[in-house]
Amino acid sequence: MSPNLSAIFYLISGILFIFALRGLSSPETSRQGNFLGILGMAIAIIVTFLSIGNFSTGIIYVLIFLVIGGSIGAFIAFKIPMTDMPQLVAGFHSLVGLAAVFVAIAAFLKPEVFNLGTTGNIKLASLIEMSIGASIGAITFSGSIIAFLKLQGLMSGSPITFKGQHLLNALIGLSIIILIYYLCVTQSSNFFWSLITISFLIGFLLIIPIGGADMPVVISMLNSYSGWAAAGIGFTLENSALIITGALVGSSGAILSYIMCKGMNRSFFNVILGGWGATEQSLSKGTEQRPVKSGNAEDAAFLMKNASSVIIVPGYGMAVAQAQHALREMVDSLKKNGIKVSYAIHPVAGRMPGHMNVLLAEANVPYDEVFELDDINNDFANSDVAFVIGANDVTNPIAKTDPQSPIYGMPILDVEKCKSVLFVKRSLSPGYAGIDNELFYRNNTLMLFADAKKMTEDIIKNLD
Amino acid sequence: MEIDPFIFRLSIFVLSILIGYYVVWSVTPSLHTPLMSVTNAISSVIIVGAIIASLSGNIENIFDISNIFGFLAILLAAINIFGGFLVTQRMLQMYKKKKNK
Repeated sequence: MSPNLSAIFYLISGILFIFALRGLSSPETSRQGNFLGILGMAIAIIVTFLSIGNFSTGIIYVLIFLVIGGSIGAFIAFKIPMTDMPQLVAGFHSLVGLAAVFVAIAAFLKPEVFNLGTTGNIKLASLIEMSIGASIGAITFSGSIIAFLKLQGLMSGSPITFKGQHLLNALIGLSIIILIYYLCVTQSSNFFWSLITISFLIGFLLIIPIGGADMPVVISMLNSYSGWAAAGIGFTLENSALIITGALVGSSGAILSYIMCKGMNRSFFNVILGGWGATEQSLSKGTEQRPVKSGNAEDAAFLMKNASSVIIVPGYGMAVAQAQHALREMVDSLKKNGIKVSYAIHPVAGRMPGHMNVLLAEANVPYDEVFELDDINNDFANSDVAFVIGANDVTNPIAKTDPQSPIYGMPILDVEKCKSVLFVKRSLSPGYAGIDNELFYRNNTLMLFADAKKMTEDIIKNLD
Repeated sequence: MEIDPFIFRLSIFVLSILIGYYVVWSVTPSLHTPLMSVTNAISSVIIVGAIIASLSGNIENIFDISNIFGFLAILLAAINIFGGFLVTQRMLQMYKKKKNK
């Protein structure tokens, strides 16, 4: 196949990827979008085979690796529980990053294969592009590995900080630029390998100081990085499918990072520089005992049965307790009694953007009953009962009143405006932000101290 | 003076960022997780580079060091492509069931 023809097909596959993302604008069109994405990928791969046209014995190995990788991927995709999606995505990001590094290495070792010049005499522009691609790829890889370990619980979620951390990172960042400069001047492979090594190191150092609560931002950010890495390689290979995809993924990740930061009212740099969960100072404040009203499943069932509208506020704790199915059953029996029920989702309710929506969808909650913060926040004032299950910080009214609080200014769900609030929680312990929730002590709040799943099941029994 | 082809690639890149910006803002927040998994899958189109790296060059010497990096990159990208698209499909499937309920 001529280079011009294959370039046109690469363009088509890039366009199909755009439609794949466009399809996600509504659940109705999303499956079709995903199919277009698969089609785009198939076109890109087939065109690549055809454009090489040289079916030596090598192709057997290519197919073998394709099949092995594909089977592993398919196996993981079918086995992974939905609660583990954040880890999975982090793990996948690390693979994209590493693949970018490997392709860059292959291109550096054999530039003539990609028409980039000859070994030791690579075109300047290509050399810059491939070093940027390799460097970002390496950062994506090691950063995602750390994110994966933290999300999987194999590594403590608390931030790891040390003295001179930012200075060290700045120095490494500077040396990356210096190494790229010398690589371009000398074409020496030593600089290339050092560049990759040091990029692995900075990826690692960038993510360790970021706490568990900030993981939604980190995953989105790494998503963005994996896109920029792909785009860098796309420039090197002069491949429009890769450039388009890299740009799409890069901007997608950046937008998601922005949404997550806004959901926590934190600036991007504030998150990157680390340590929210690290500030423990506010913990000591909440030691004095204040009276709370606590109730049992029977009280909760009574309150909800006599309500005309109920808003459910789920948080990650609900998923940890695996209470989503029980919750949906409870809502079903409420609806049978003619009660209007909706779900309110805070942008950072899960461990990654949109995570809570997927968990609810898995439990067969219809997506048109699930609302985002902006769409439902005014409804709390007109609702009878708010049922908070597994959420905490995102309902804390202190975010509006106390400028001293670490979560001051964070958009919260106005749960306290409801006539009554049912708060399912194991104890009065603070959430991720390490601060006491004002809501516990309000007059209209009834605390339900129990495991989320058990409490929900007990409420169901009492509803019948 | 002739325009460097790099400028054309840069134009594609910049325009794609703009397209990405508008397309991603139109994605409904409830599908942000599938958005991440599908972007993951499509960014593995980097497999194109991996295939070229592993298939080109000296035919007698398939296991040249640069080919090996190509093969490894194919393996990683293939995990991502299949894993990414299938897990996205699995999630999107869950957004369907409710319709007939």
